[in-house]
Amino acid sequence: MSDLRNSRWFGATLALAWLVAVYLVLPMVIVLPVSVTDQRFLSLPHHAISFKHYTALVDNPVWLSSIWRSLLVAGISTVFTVTLGTLAAIGCWRIASRSSEIVRAVLLLPMIVPSIVHALGIYRMWINLDIIDSFFGVILAHTITGIPFVVIAVSAALSNFDVKLERASRNLGATMWQTMRWVILPNIVPGIGAGAVFAFVHSWDEIVVLLFIAGRKIYLLPRAIWDGVHENIDPTIASIATILIIVTLLVMLGERWWRSRSVAVET
Amino acid sequence: MSPLSSLRASYWILVLPALLLLAALYAVPVLSVLWLSVTIPEPGLANYAQLFTNETIARVLVVTIRVCLISTVITLLAGYVVAYVLIHVSERQRQYLLFFVLLPFWLSVLVRSFAWLILLGRQGVVNDTLISLGMIDQPLSLIRNEFGVIVGMVHYMLPYAVLPLFAGMRGIDGRLVFAARGLGFGPVGAFWRVFFPLSLPGVVSAAVLVFVMSLGFYVTPAILGGGKTVMIAEYIAFNILENIRWELATMLASVLLITIFAILFAVSRFFDLRRMFGAAA
Repeated sequence: MSDLRNSRWFGATLALAWLVAVYLVLPMVIVLPVSVTDQRFLSLPHHAISFKHYTALVDNPVWLSSIWRSLLVAGISTVFTVTLGTLAAIGCWRIASRSSEIVRAVLLLPMIVPSIVHALGIYRMWINLDIIDSFFGVILAHTITGIPFVVIAVSAALSNFDVKLERASRNLGATMWQTMRWVILPNIVPGIGAGAVFAFVHSWDEIVVLLFIAGRKIYLLPRAIWDGVHENIDPTIASIATILIIVTLLVMLGERWWRSRSVAVET
Repeated sequence: MSPLSSLRASYWILVLPALLLLAALYAVPVLSVLWLSVTIPEPGLANYAQLFTNETIARVLVVTIRVCLISTVITLLAGYVVAYVLIHVSERQRQYLLFFVLLPFWLSVLVRSFAWLILLGRQGVVNDTLISLGMIDQPLSLIRNEFGVIVGMVHYMLPYAVLPLFAGMRGIDGRLVFAARGLGFGPVGAFWRVFFPLSLPGVVSAAVLVFVMSLGFYVTPAILGGGKTVMIAEYIAFNILENIRWELATMLASVLLITIFAILFAVSRFFDLRRMFGAAA
């Protein structure tokens, strides 16, 4: 295909693809200079670079406490989501019948139903259960809506795992739990890890259900950003956005580095 | 029951906790939304009649469909170009390009919408730059309208389109394009006659995924539409959080849910949905 690659058509396509890539990262790049503006409104720095919006962030207990609460909620719901999702994925994989296929489709529902629709239902039910605006209520909602992400990641890992190994283990007299612990789980750790990352990010970023079921008491970071964006004057949000962008970037680069290293070790 | 199948049946105990939790605390509340839509304020389909009589609702629906269609088309075009390039460039360039595509994928939708607000606002970076260059006198209206919403939605959806398109194109045998070239097609002819038809299943998966996701979109339209361009999800939220009107909100939520499942059902008659969503994940 070398002649195709050298043709002017491909040159134009290549340029277009990189233009799309620029469009994808441009907004993230622009947040950084805005976060160090010397102005009191959202703009590029006019005269000098200033870190006052970062100090404002550190000095503001509302921002800091919302970050800690979000970490806590995301951490706890990830543990529950991963446990429930992994067990269910293993069960469906091993049963592998028509009914387990249907069950797996049901487990994926929270990903298919729009957030706004389940937010209404959960809001109403949480009022009836009297768990509105409570840690328990938010963690419960995030656990349930995060299950599909874990089921997908773990199912993908299981599809590469030979079911005969499980049968061999059972035939040799291991119980279901021993087989789980010593045969299945060690082989799907990467899938569980990926599921955990998805579950954590899901809870950490979730805003739609949160708007309904949490208020002033459980004030999490997405809500703080949401309110800040609607008030729309304060460059402190640009500084928190910059921190989130940099953390995302570091995690992604770290993951690539780790993966390339483990590939190098294997070969 | 044979011993083997009873062995397999014992695995249901692993599925039950998640299934029961989801049934009691997810399926019940979602079904209750459907139920409320036909029972309050009184049993019947009176709430649904508003779809045809209420002008505000009609406007919201028209805006939603128009914005979703335009965003889906733009997302697919841009995503196709990126996916096509991804399978034709060197490994090194592919890694860089994929990194650019995946970075926004992992970033909070709130942060992304906020970034577009900074860029496109009245005193935003784009307007400031254009004014200081003397290209315009008055700031352009780039947000609080459909333009801003579409820019933000395409940005959100692009990774979701690129990944299934890329997965689909990777399965195309490159030798077929070679063969077409050998049979006398030019590069453009070989693309349209051979490569493009083979990539269509990926295009359909991406189109369905993007369109279905965009229908229920809340955050981006709410922030970049600024209350001027209102789509269905924002209007539903408004009818609960500001204007407590459950009969209207549950009716619109039901319409949204039924539409999405109808689309998925229709598509599943022709395509394997499981493979579609598997490829996207």
